[in-house]
Amino acid sequence: MDAHNSAGQTHGINSAHKPRGDFTARAPAALANPTLRANFRRAMDGLMTKRAAQFADRDAWTALRARGAAARANALARLPELLERLEDRCTANGIRVHWAETAAEANAIVLAILREAGATRVIKGKSMVSEEIGLNHHLEAHGVTAVESDLGEYIIQLAGEAPSHIVMPCIHKNKAEIAQLFAENIPGQPYTEDVDSLTAAARRALRQRFAAAEAGISGVNFAVAETGTLVLIENEGNGRLSTTLPPLHIAVTGIEKVVERLDDVPPLLALLPRSATGQAITTYVNMISGPRKPDEKDGPREVHLVLYDGGRSRVYDDAELRDTLRCIRCGACMNHCPVYARVGGHTYRFVYPGPIGKILSPQLEGLDCAGDQPFASSLCGACSEVCPVQIPLADILVRLRQEAVRPSATPAVKGGGSQAGLAADLGWAGWRLVYGHPALYALVSRLLARLGNLIPASVPMLRQWTRFRTKPRFAARTLHELAARGGFDRE
Amino acid sequence: MSDARARILARLRAARPSIPPARPDWAPPAIPPAERLARFTAMLEAVHAEVHAVPAAAWPAHLAPLLAAKGVRTVLAAPATWAGKALAADWPSRPDAPHLVAYDQPVEALKDRLVAGIDAAVTTTLGGIAETGSLVLWPTPDEPRLMSLLPPIHVALVDEAAITDTLAGLVAAANWAAAMPTNALLISGPSKTADIEQTLAYGVHGPKELVVLVLTR
Ligand code: SF4
Repeated sequence: MDAHNSAGQTHGINSAHKPRGDFTARAPAALANPTLRANFRRAMDGLMTKRAAQFADRDAWTALRARGAAARANALARLPELLERLEDRCTANGIRVHWAETAAEANAIVLAILREAGATRVIKGKSMVSEEIGLNHHLEAHGVTAVESDLGEYIIQLAGEAPSHIVMPCIHKNKAEIAQLFAENIPGQPYTEDVDSLTAAARRALRQRFAAAEAGISGVNFAVAETGTLVLIENEGNGRLSTTLPPLHIAVTGIEKVVERLDDVPPLLALLPRSATGQAITTYVNMISGPRKPDEKDGPREVHLVLYDGGRSRVYDDAELRDTLRCIRCGACMNHCPVYARVGGHTYRFVYPGPIGKILSPQLEGLDCAGDQPFASSLCGACSEVCPVQIPLADILVRLRQEAVRPSATPAVKGGGSQAGLAADLGWAGWRLVYGHPALYALVSRLLARLGNLIPASVPMLRQWTRFRTKPRFAARTLHELAARGGFDRE
Repeated sequence: MSDARARILARLRAARPSIPPARPDWAPPAIPPAERLARFTAMLEAVHAEVHAVPAAAWPAHLAPLLAAKGVRTVLAAPATWAGKALAADWPSRPDAPHLVAYDQPVEALKDRLVAGIDAAVTTTLGGIAETGSLVLWPTPDEPRLMSLLPPIHVALVDEAAITDTLAGLVAAANWAAAMPTNALLISGPSKTADIEQTLAYGVHGPKELVVLVLTR
């Protein structure tokens, strides 16, 4: 039986292994793990320093960022039209375009393409969308071997883990763990913590996989509507190999990745790697505009593009939340997030961790399943400040908090209102009552001034605040009393 | 036309439209022509590439000992390109020159050799980009894509006069949007990874070494 049929109308991650929002429950364990915290702290500090050096010229950064944000906002404003244009141009170039609403559909499309080609051995370039739809799992369940070729992805695939960062998937692992994994899994590889020799071992093992692969699967960084071009960036060359050596290439991408014009690409390229890793540019920028032509000697004979919705069209429906879809997946928001740096990527339990995950996961998966994510933030705004395409992440976090607790028959976000609770409702009802009636307000504030300090810090609701903080002290006189005493009018 | 397509587009069209913002004026940084080569070289060297400026007429003679010193015995070349022809004319008479292997058949016929049996490849380029230290390659039927990817050493030939300021400038000036090739590439350094404890390592999948010969006139 096809285990994934049960995904039904569920977008995103297959329901079979859909995580539940339990950030609050998981965070303490991560916080108590000094190795994990040290690994992330060191990595994040390095990434922040390198990024800052790239954008030392504030004026240049401001102008470039405005141009990049406009390219993305423009694409979103005309998304349906541009998707059709992309499809037309790709088709004219010989790229076959497919559309998928759900993870189950996207997986089925990829599998059908592979089956038609008789391909059972697949090599993969890094793709977050394929993590989102659980593609590897689906392929394995249907007799197709899919090997990750990005070194970080390869490592976590050997370990049976999920990525903990969208740019550096195995950032949580140290050398010793990787040495052990390689010694156990790569024939002839002894235990060594030497990074060059570990890298060489991966090259040897994966070269064979590349040579044997009957298909390559990749993601897409930008899809250019004007020319029907898929732009992929990477440092290792595995992305180029996956899209060049096997006879079949399948690119899987979210519908939001389209940009209108080729001249939108250079400013976005000037933003993405510099924001992500502090590099001026990635080693490879790979622009694919079609399959191998009859007189060409290499390149895939077939190229397919799968356009995946997975809840994005619903995000698109709300003019404020739509900005979420500008994201170019640079990871800068997580690198600068004080929460992410302390708990690491796995605590989020969703494919996209950190600030972008906190706004994206609840929208794609539903607030009923990822509803605690928007609350896992101090709202310090570091994410909004560094985002190269000016996504107002902090504002969207606040908006999602409202959606989470606001019951509605037609919620703007899937699962809206699911985080509403009786205690919070009563609290706010009481607040509204007191603040709407001046006499009551005067009475309550005087009572609190006299007796508030007698309330123990451990009473329910207050305890959640005082667990980590001292209880604030009430002043002996209310502000109104002080004002009256100072000779001011009662208003 | 699939149902998914119709439904996705219908949902997007049903959403309240937002006004497409104007693209603000943005000019990539200008690099004075006199500084271009220096910037190009510095950026490439910063990412572990080797850059040599050599007289255009004498590059095969410079390259032979350079590769021999690296222990290179076989070099993949594209026989129909000007670079391939220059190598075929110059190297056979040199005792120290590596052996030339022609990429003159479809990849299927050469796969095993290409994947594991060749030490280096020599390709031409369309030019370079000074801002980021990038090589611009548009592979052709004569000079296929995998040349710059499979062998452990990639030698790229860049005409000094073809080094431009920025990608944005190049894409606009050469009107790339009018006719994109099957594959257009920017290459900025050898293959690298920092996936193991943020320690840089080279040659994880693509070439471990990138040798750039800037041809001067
Ligand atoms: S939200 Fe902004 S900073 Fe975060 S990954 Fe997306 S583009 Fe980068």
